[in-house]
Amino acid sequence: MNLINHESVVKRMKPRLSKNSISKWIFFALTMFVLLILGVLLYRIFSQGLGYLDLQFLQSLPSRKPENAGVYAALIGTIWLMAVVAPVSLLLGVGTAIYLEEYAKENAITNFIKVNISNLAGVPSIVFGLLGLTVFVRALAFGTSVLAAGLTMSLLVLPVIIVASQEAIRAVPNQLREASFGLGATKWQTIVRIVLPAAIPGILTGGILALSRAIGETAPLVVLGMPLFLAFLPKTFFDMITVLPLQIYNWTGRPQAEFHALAAAGIIVLLVMLIIMNSIAVLIRNKFQKRY
Amino acid sequence: MATQNTNSFSVQKMIQEKKKKKSAGGITEKIMPYILFLTAAVSVLTTIGIVLTLIFETFLFFDAVSIKEFFTAKKWYPFSDTNGSYGILPLVMGTLKVTVIAAIVAVPIGLASAIYLSEYASDRSRRIIKPILEVLAGIPTIVYGFFALTFVTPILREIIPSLEIFNALSPGIVIGIMITPMIASLSEDAMTSVPNAMREGALALGSTKFEVAIKVVLPAAISGIIASIVLGISRAIGETMIVAVAGGSTPNLEWNLTSSIQTMTAYIVQVSQGDAGYGTTIYYSIYAVGMTLFVFTLVMNLLAQYITRRFREEY
Repeated sequence: MNLINHESVVKRMKPRLSKNSISKWIFFALTMFVLLILGVLLYRIFSQGLGYLDLQFLQSLPSRKPENAGVYAALIGTIWLMAVVAPVSLLLGVGTAIYLEEYAKENAITNFIKVNISNLAGVPSIVFGLLGLTVFVRALAFGTSVLAAGLTMSLLVLPVIIVASQEAIRAVPNQLREASFGLGATKWQTIVRIVLPAAIPGILTGGILALSRAIGETAPLVVLGMPLFLAFLPKTFFDMITVLPLQIYNWTGRPQAEFHALAAAGIIVLLVMLIIMNSIAVLIRNKFQKRY
Repeated sequence: MATQNTNSFSVQKMIQEKKKKKSAGGITEKIMPYILFLTAAVSVLTTIGIVLTLIFETFLFFDAVSIKEFFTAKKWYPFSDTNGSYGILPLVMGTLKVTVIAAIVAVPIGLASAIYLSEYASDRSRRIIKPILEVLAGIPTIVYGFFALTFVTPILREIIPSLEIFNALSPGIVIGIMITPMIASLSEDAMTSVPNAMREGALALGSTKFEVAIKVVLPAAISGIIASIVLGISRAIGETMIVAVAGGSTPNLEWNLTSSIQTMTAYIVQVSQGDAGYGTTIYYSIYAVGMTLFVFTLVMNLLAQYITRRFREEY
């Protein structure tokens, strides 16, 4: 007796199988579509901007004439900004991570800090700009300075560094700590000499990623009132700066096509900086990551 | 015997010497937890600072403008000396339009990529595609804004001739592209964490891969997927530079997608760039708008956290 009607099974399988293969191609095509867009974006920007990208572009101050304009002030400004953001955000971020991972007890306060950090990561960057405008620019009277911009950016990227450092510290196996305690080291000695050195690759990777977020952000700096057009260089931390994204924004906002090409050239500079920083992060991760 | 005695004696002495030295180190030992706690407190202070700043300045704004006007007036026209109108609705409308377009673009593409990566792709292609998606997520938003204005808008204008230079469609699509990697990556994480035994069970019962993905993996990972979509939408609401560059600056309440709009974020940028003096109503209005924006994104983020906690299926 034939329990299975072979023909009807085949008949029913057919649409299901074709649905399967068709959908596979649809999923594949949509994934490729995303990658294609990345390709188009990069191609557009490079083909538009490469013509303007030369040494003169890197060494010139912004100008009202497109052929004389350059990103020198913005580049220097970006470096000044990083000089504030890197130490401040690393100190605060790593400190917080050490506290949460090594010292904090399981209680309501710790829990609140953790929930708070994950919520802070979801606050739009422009709201940080409003905070910076009120607290750093007005209340503390830093004005539209490197310092105000750097502190605002530090708070913005803090969650990124905290989470990365927490993961790095958590990945250090407990045996190392116990061995250190067993040899008579105190808690702080263990943290400084055992835990932190083992966690440093992860912390640095997170730090570089956070820094690359900070140099690409535009909105908070616009809200702080940072100048989009600045033809001099900062000398102290209380001077004004303009940074690459602001310069790009300025050029994008002009109607002439030459300025759009300049914006594209500025974007190339920004992207190259980001690529270099990210490669350093990947290098550090690959080279120094110990597996326990 | 004698040597042993001197040895143990010297060890004892060493310990005592060490202990003496430690009294200096003991202070660090005691202080450090508090210093570290202070650094941890900075993140809490930041949140408190944001909330207090927004609340105080918003109160100052409501001294000049009634709350009723803010929430019900149908016009946002602050740059007028005589009859300025502060109704948040047109700005919310602008944000809403852009966000909905972004979601329509990002959700299907993001989910399709996630399904492809977690169910169909080989290990090798996943290792190549995922980092590229992360690159896409790391591109600064001003670059996307430039892309929207100088590439997407001209192409769309070829297709829809009535499209204005500044419109809702182009920034909406580009924001969708921006949040796609985020949705894809988070959803893929959720789907990868569905145990293989469930896939194998379904395959053994005769399902096709497509049926496994749609009827088994997708429902099992639904909490993570919805959370990723909500987070993506929250990002779209708070996105600033793309709409500031390509969205225009005419707040309106129309449903039209082809005309110039203004979002909440773009308004804040416009005022910050202009020379609205400190202490004017326009100056305080950016805090009221910022407060509205903050509440919107906070609700979305809390919703995402609630969904992950409440509907998570543990295996």
